[in-house]
Order: sequence, then structure tokens, then C-alpha cells
Amino acid sequence: MSEAYGPRPRKEDARLIRGQGKFIDDISLPGMLHAAILRSPLAHARIIDIDTTAALAHPKVTTVLTGEDLAARGLAWMPTLSGDVQAVLATDKARFQGQELAFVVAADKYAARDALELISVDAEPLTPVMDVSVATSGDAPLVRDEEGFAGSGNRIFDWSAGDEAATEAAFARADVVVTADMTYPRIHPAPLETCGAVADYDPVEGRLTMWVTTQAPHAHRTLYAMLTGLPEHKIRVISPDLGGGFGGKVPVYPGYLCAIVASMTTGRPVKWVEDRSENLMSTAFARDFHMHGEIAATSDGRITGLRARILADHGAFNAVAQPTKYPGGFFHIFTSSYDIPAAYCSITAVYTNKAPGGVAYSCSIRVAEAVYLVERLVDMLAGRLDMDPAELRSRNLIRPEQFPYTSATGWEYDSGDYPRALALALSLSDYEGLRREQAEKRARGEYMGIGISLFTEAVGAGPRKHMDIVGLGMADGADLRVHPTGTAVLGVSVQTQGQGHETTFAQLVAHELGLDPDDVEVVHGDTDRTPFGLGTYGSRSTPVSGAAAVVAARRVRERARIIAALMLEVAEADLEWLDGAWRVRGDYAAGAGIVEIARAAHSSLDLPDGVDGHLDASAVYNPPNLTFPFGAYVCVTDVDPATGSVVVRRFIAVDDCGVRINPMIVEGQIHRGLADGVGIALMQAITFDAAGNCLSGSFMDYLLPTALEVPSLELGATVTPSPHHPVGAKGIGESATVGSPAAVVNSVMDALAPFGVVHADMPLTPAVVWGAISRGLGPGRRLGRRDLRRRSGDALARDQGRGEDPALGVALAVADLSEQQVDGGGGDRVEVGADRGQWRDEVRGLGDVVEANHADVVGHSPAALVQGAQDAERQVVVGREDRGDLGHPGEDLAGAVARGGVPVRRHHRRDLRARLG
Amino acid sequence: MKITMYVNGSEHARDVEPRMLLIHFIRDELGLTGSHWGCDTSNCGACVMWLDEVPVKSCTVLAVMADGRRVTTVEGLARGTRLDPVQQGFTACHGLQCGFCTPGMMMTARWLLDHNPAPTETDVREAISGQVCRCTGYQNIVKSVLWAAAHEGDA
Repeated sequence: MSEAYGPRPRKEDARLIRGQGKFIDDISLPGMLHAAILRSPLAHARIIDIDTTAALAHPKVTTVLTGEDLAARGLAWMPTLSGDVQAVLATDKARFQGQELAFVVAADKYAARDALELISVDAEPLTPVMDVSVATSGDAPLVRDEEGFAGSGNRIFDWSAGDEAATEAAFARADVVVTADMTYPRIHPAPLETCGAVADYDPVEGRLTMWVTTQAPHAHRTLYAMLTGLPEHKIRVISPDLGGGFGGKVPVYPGYLCAIVASMTTGRPVKWVEDRSENLMSTAFARDFHMHGEIAATSDGRITGLRARILADHGAFNAVAQPTKYPGGFFHIFTSSYDIPAAYCSITAVYTNKAPGGVAYSCSIRVAEAVYLVERLVDMLAGRLDMDPAELRSRNLIRPEQFPYTSATGWEYDSGDYPRALALALSLSDYEGLRREQAEKRARGEYMGIGISLFTEAVGAGPRKHMDIVGLGMADGADLRVHPTGTAVLGVSVQTQGQGHETTFAQLVAHELGLDPDDVEVVHGDTDRTPFGLGTYGSRSTPVSGAAAVVAARRVRERARIIAALMLEVAEADLEWLDGAWRVRGDYAAGAGIVEIARAAHSSLDLPDGVDGHLDASAVYNPPNLTFPFGAYVCVTDVDPATGSVVVRRFIAVDDCGVRINPMIVEGQIHRGLADGVGIALMQAITFDAAGNCLSGSFMDYLLPTALEVPSLELGATVTPSPHHPVGAKGIGESATVGSPAAVVNSVMDALAPFGVVHADMPLTPAVVWGAISRGLGPGRRLGRRDLRRRSGDALARDQGRGEDPALGVALAVADLSEQQVDGGGGDRVEVGADRGQWRDEVRGLGDVVEANHADVVGHSPAALVQGAQDAERQVVVGREDRGDLGHPGEDLAGAVARGGVPVRRHHRRDLRARLG
Repeated sequence: MKITMYVNGSEHARDVEPRMLLIHFIRDELGLTGSHWGCDTSNCGACVMWLDEVPVKSCTVLAVMADGRRVTTVEGLARGTRLDPVQQGFTACHGLQCGFCTPGMMMTARWLLDHNPAPTETDVREAISGQVCRCTGYQNIVKSVLWAAAHEGDA
């Protein structure tokens, strides 16, 4: 048996650890010019004039391109990946801050930057559309007012999936419905290497060589041919080492096209590499989904329906990178890991004055949003039902015997064993122990959260009949050549950005042919040397291209069988493939391996008619279905309510991606995605002010997790092979990015439950967390039912050993608190009390939190408090008048809260007083 | 301005613009492209190299500030043909994926081990906390550095 599979150091490391990788900015050609892009400082402006005279007069400037120059070549606009068009260099309006206005080409990059300052732009500022919720209101200015957009009113499309009527009926019958609005913020994949290109047009041969940061070199070649009119066989796209991509290096960006035009214009190679601000402000945003979600269930926790209404902010051009037939991406997989009989979602996409793009950022497009929505709703439902979130999930998971499983919105999941993954995650995390620890900490006034998420990804697009991008069906080729000495070269269409294709794909081929992976060289990233295919994104490399490699290898193996039969003078039927060689049945020692067969295949051996010599084969793999990796995650956080800061203490991740070819690489992929989860949940967001200024244009503002925010990660694995992939593998590159943000947010929300916080939108920065605590307790904001129950008189009575008398429990808790607070408060005035009833009607409108002042405590006997609590059926409230309570909740207040008190804010109290006169 | 720098043990004299950044000098003037540029704002650390014996973010150092000083980059990390234990650790423990942050991470790691031969996991995390990796979740970088510490004396 071949030992090709298994952990193995990567082939690509040798150059990268020596600083000898070749990234885009490392490409340097003789005579090369350097480019820089002038970008709009305004988010929305009518362009009156762009004067490049002074820039052109700069001694080091070779040329300056404007939209007018491109228009003369029919290239001022380019088609997007979603059927829209996007300005390459703006001619009429600037539609987002950072939009490309002019392209300066100079002798060096410093000079190119200098010349940007010499371009004079005359523009009339227009009101930008920055708030997605009012974009289609009718009053909003039009982002797109050019010909062909009349009447669209900033609306791009409406799309829906699922059975609306059946879902409506399910909700009508439901015992419980939980509803929530949540935003998956605009984020950016921010690969450490930005985007760039070196275009080298040879006017003599009419040939363009394009070095470019692309995850899809072949698709880029076709697009460049379509855009520029150059014949496709005269275009060679080379994608060098990529410093990450994560979806951001799928699209064609204006800078690439400008570099091509500039090289054709100047006859010299032209390099353009964006800087970090350009990267964050103009290329490849992801998510920006504004979601209204509803989940329906029976009172015993059986989920019966799921519904979502989405407003999607696509920015100024609809450039989302997704299969043509799915304008909402794969969002409608949103029933995710649960057996939910009825589901319906509708999506409205709108234009705003923000950067276009819409890349997947480490997921199959929109699956991350779908998983986040359902996992948050399930957690909220658990709260509503006062049920443990793990138990609620267990009751609703798709069961192993249901596979292949067809979801309510029409997805056919290939394989899965969700209960096993969840059970393993709970066991690895010692879930019961964590809950005990949490209870103990809450009693001490410490806020620890435990968050669970499950996810199901849908990766490895096509099949081609369902999935294409700009008309290119999503199937990928592989070319395998076995040399006379028995070493092999595999050419693939997909493009590594760090995933280790050079290693994993060699292992795949080696496993099929009984070779050493070191004897298989993988070629990628050069369209002249590799077969056509759609590239690497949506975790499709192993599911699609890996399958193509295996199919090609198996074709080689079958050819080898014919030759082996000749060599061994036996019938083909007498041969079996065993332990990496064709062996004669019943005579293990008699056989031939690929190395010997390869020599024979290239020799003078007389082959029968119809059998070609050599040992080469190619394949195009059109996947019959997507693969559906899944997993179960547990995240443990500690939240400091005084500062709102969150520490991710533990992250336990059980992933199932089917058969693991190189587990070391698989685990590395998961590590990356879990760090993404920490970043996306806690710090990453691209934000804007009302004037359209991007507030996240550098790494000082767009925060990425460092080694201090990401904990030591704890992984577990289950293996449920894909039934349709040739080796049973599923994609893994993006699973953890899909599954982990919800685990972090669920964990933080769990930590904040005692404060009555039910939901807060990502990123959960300290300010957001602190604000959520405050708002959760403020006027008009209801506490979650789960939290109220936990603080009920019953609970307090039990705490006090008075299980039969909730009212007395409340009173004793109050009395106890009072003494503690007064003794330990260091002179702070402490208020503890229970509503005696006379304020009941007045305070009802203010929410579930009521309070009485200090005098109430000292002035009332326990009996009066008992009476008050009974009358009011209200919660105990504690707070400190002089410090605004939550602004500086010291140990004592935290302890009080944990014992059942609800801290109140000063303004709430003022509000109350005002209303009471 | 005329400057002279000692890069990985070799002397280099150039006439540069005063505003030229050290990272651009090393990459574009000397052709040592192992050190990378990633953010402009000293946040990502892809450009970390040593100025004399201290790691610096070379995107915020002017080349002229390095006049007369020693610079060590990833290309100077190996001892002859023998890889530094840090380089060995990164490949042994899958401490890199795309490889873009790797040179900077390794330069910091080498500095750490020179000053703290037996670091804890926390020491390693703190040492690299000024640098960003988008691929590894840091887990295997930490492991790689600890591996290097454990194999420092190996022949």
C-alpha cells in the first residue's frame, strides 16, 4: 500500500523559508515601468475634468491613462463577474471613495506617486448613498444613473429560494418564534500581499505575458482576451507565488487592465502593485449582509421553520464573484446542519457608494452569512426555550441515516455524521465541566461564555451545468505526464495561495501510481503549461482539480496495465493493482511498478493496435455535486464587563472534510479559519462615515488578530468520506472561516446573558460589548426570557436554601446584597431593592428592570420586601448612584449582579424619576 | 545621498533619494526580495529585518538611517548551506503557508532565541505579536519557534 497520504513537509517550503519565493512585486523585467493609480477622494462626485498636463510634464512620467483614453479603446468599462459593468477608469462619476480615476506610468514607483499629485481633478460632489436601508427608498440619490439603469432606484435584484407558503404555514403553527435582525458586516480578506500585475506586451509577436495575483489564471486569460480583443492563444497568464488570496484575488481589477493597456501603449513592461489602503478601500470586500431572521419551533425544541429577509450591500457595481445562476450566492443553504422542514429566504441587493467586489472571503459565496444567521438564531431559540444550546442542536441535527439529504431549499448534501462531530466537540471541550465552571464564575461575578456552532459548507463547484462564471462552466482539467524514468509532472488549473497544492496534489498522484510524492512535480499558475480550469476559490481545489488529477492518474494506471500485461506475458485480466504495482493474481512477487512500466511504455516494446505509447493522460473533472464538509466548534471566552474586552480562551474545532490527504496541511487550513473567526467576530470591519469616507483604510483601523488574540487551538477530526469524490475528499480551505465566527459570537453572548444581552452585531469590539451591556439594561430594552428565568425568585430562593418560597428568596438575597455592598463598597452608596407595587404600572413601559433607592432597603422590613417582590413579580435591582453603575462596575457590583441583581444605568434612573415626577 | 550598508555581510554603496525606505532599498536596489512589504504602517511586520542586531520594520526606516550600519535579512539567515534551526522548524512544523510573512517572522524568531534560548509559548506569542500572519492562525508558527529552540544545538 502506498504511503503517499499522511502528514508530510511541503515542497513549496524550500524556496519560501530561504526568501526565494517569487511574489508579484518580486517580478522585475528589463525596461519595466512602474504605475500608480489616482483615486477619488469623494464617494460620489460628477467628474467635470481630469487634467493630466502637469503630470505628463514630469520628467520621469512616460504616460498617463484616463477614462477617456480607455474609452477610445472601448475599455473604459469592463464586465463584472455578475453581469454588470464596472468603470475601469471613471469617465462620468466617481461612485466610491478610492475609485480609479487615472493611471500614471513612470520610470520608478516614487515618481509615479509624485505625479499623482500633479493631476488636477475638477468634480462636483454629490450626496453619497451610504446607508443600505434607505438606498431603495426612492429619496436616495442614484448611484447608477447612466443609460440602462433608469427606474432601478439602486435596486440590483430581488431573489428568493424555498417554499414561501409552506414556511408561512410552519410559522403559523409554531409554539415559539424567535426573530432577530443582525448584520454580517462588510469585511475584507486582507491577504498579506496586496494585488498587483506586471503586463508585458510584445508588439512583434502580438503576445501578452501577464504576471498577476490571481487565484484563477485561466479564467483571467479568457477575460483578458474578451476585454482587450487580443487572441487568447497570444495571452499567457502567470500567477506567481501568492501571498494569500482568500477570495480577494479572484476578480479582474481595473489596475490589471490599465497595466495591459499601458504596456501596449508604451511597448514596455508595466508593473502595478496596490498599496494597503488601496487594497482595503477598492478591492474585494466581502459579506455586508443585513439580515432579518426568524426561526420557528415547537415548545419542546423541534425547529419547524426558518425564514430570512436579506438586504445585501453590493457597493457601486455589482461585481460579486459567484456562479451566474445564483445571484444570492449559496445563501439559501441556510438551514445548514439542521433538519428543518420549511425554509424561505429572499434577498434584495442594492447599490451604494462603496467599493464593489463581493468576494467570498474563505467560503463558498454567502455560506458564511447563512451559517452565522442560523447559528445565532438557534442560540437565541435555546435562550427562549431555556434549553441548553447543545441539547437544542442535538435534537435538530440532520441524522446520519438521512444522507444523501435534500434540504428544504433544494440542496443535496452528499454525506455527514453531525451528531458524531458535535459529540466529539463537546467531549474534547469537556462541555459539562465548562458549564459548571461558568456557573461557579457567575457566582463570583466573572463572565465566561461558551459558544457552540455547527456548520455545513458547500464546496467544490460545479457541476458545470449548474455553475458557471461569465459563461465558463466550473470544471477543471489535469494533465499528467510520466517520464521514461518513472517520475511524473502534473499540470493543474488551480492556484495555490498557501494551501500547499504542490505537495497535496503530488500525494494524490503518488498514491494512485505507487510513486514517491517527491517524484511527482506539480505545475500550476502558468496558463501556457497547464490545462484550462476555473481556479482556486470556494474550497474547490481538492474536490475538483484534485479529482481531475486522480482521474488522470487512474487513466495512466489503466494504460500501464496493458503494458504490464505485455511485459509480464499475462492477460490483463490476470493483473491486479496491489501495493502500488500491477501484480499477477496469485503470484505477488510477479509484477511491475509504474517506474518499470514507464520505461517500457517509452521503449521499442511492440504495443497492440489502438494502444498509444508513453504514459500520459489528461482529464477534465466535472463534479457531479458539491462536497459538503462540516464541523462542530466550541469557543470559550472571558469577558471583562468593565472594559468590554473579550478574551478567546479556548477554541475546540472538530472538522470533517472526508478523507484527509495531508492532515498536517488540513489542520493548517483549519487553524487559519479559526483565527479568521476570532478576527471577524471581534475586530475586522470595513466601515464608512456618512460622507462616504472609508474609516478602515489601513491596518491601524482594520484590525487583524495577532498571536495574542488567537488562542492555542484544539482540533479534533471525524472522517465521513464524500461518496462521489474519487478518493472521498471534501474541501477544507474555508470551513473554519465559515463555522467559527458564530461560535465566538455565541460565546460572547452567552457570557453577557446575565446582563440581558441577547444579540450584538460583529465586530464585538470592547466598545460594542460595553455598549451592548449598557443597552441591554436600558429603557425599553427587554431582557431575554432566559436571563429573567435565571434570575427568577425561584432561582434566588434556591440559592438561599429556600426553594419553596421565591419571594423570601428574593428578600434574603436583597438583604444579603445590601450588607455586602454597604460593607464592601468603600463608601459608595449602594441601592438594592424590589418594587413594592405602587410603581408597577409606571415602570412597565421601561422594561423589566425596576429599582428602588437606598431608603427602600433600609426602610423596609424583610416582610415588606417579600410583599413587594410578590406584588411586582419583578427582578432585584442593584446599582450605584454615584458612578453610573456599569461605567465602573467594581467587584462588589459584579458579585451582586451574579447573585441576581440587574445593574441599571444612571440615565435609566433619571428617566424613571422624571416619569414618576 | 551616498550611503554604505553592510547587508548580510556584504558592503553595498549606493546613491539614494533621502526619502527612500529601507525596505525598497533592500528589495529594489539590492534585489534581495525575501523581505516583503505588506502595509506601510508598521502593523504587519512582513518587512522585518535586523538593523545592526535589532529587528525593525523596514517600511518605516529610511535607507539613509541605515548608513554605515549592518542589515540582516532572511537571505542572511542560513549559515552557509545549513539552514538556521528557525528555518528548519518552520518547515518541520508547517509554520508557513503562503510564505509572505515568513521571512519577517523568522527574523524575529531568530532574535528571540538569541536573547531567550528557552522561551515559553507566551514568550513566542509576545515576540511575534507585532507581526501579522493571515494563514496559520499562529499556531504552527509558535510551534516552529519552540521546535527551533529545542533543536538549537543540533549539528
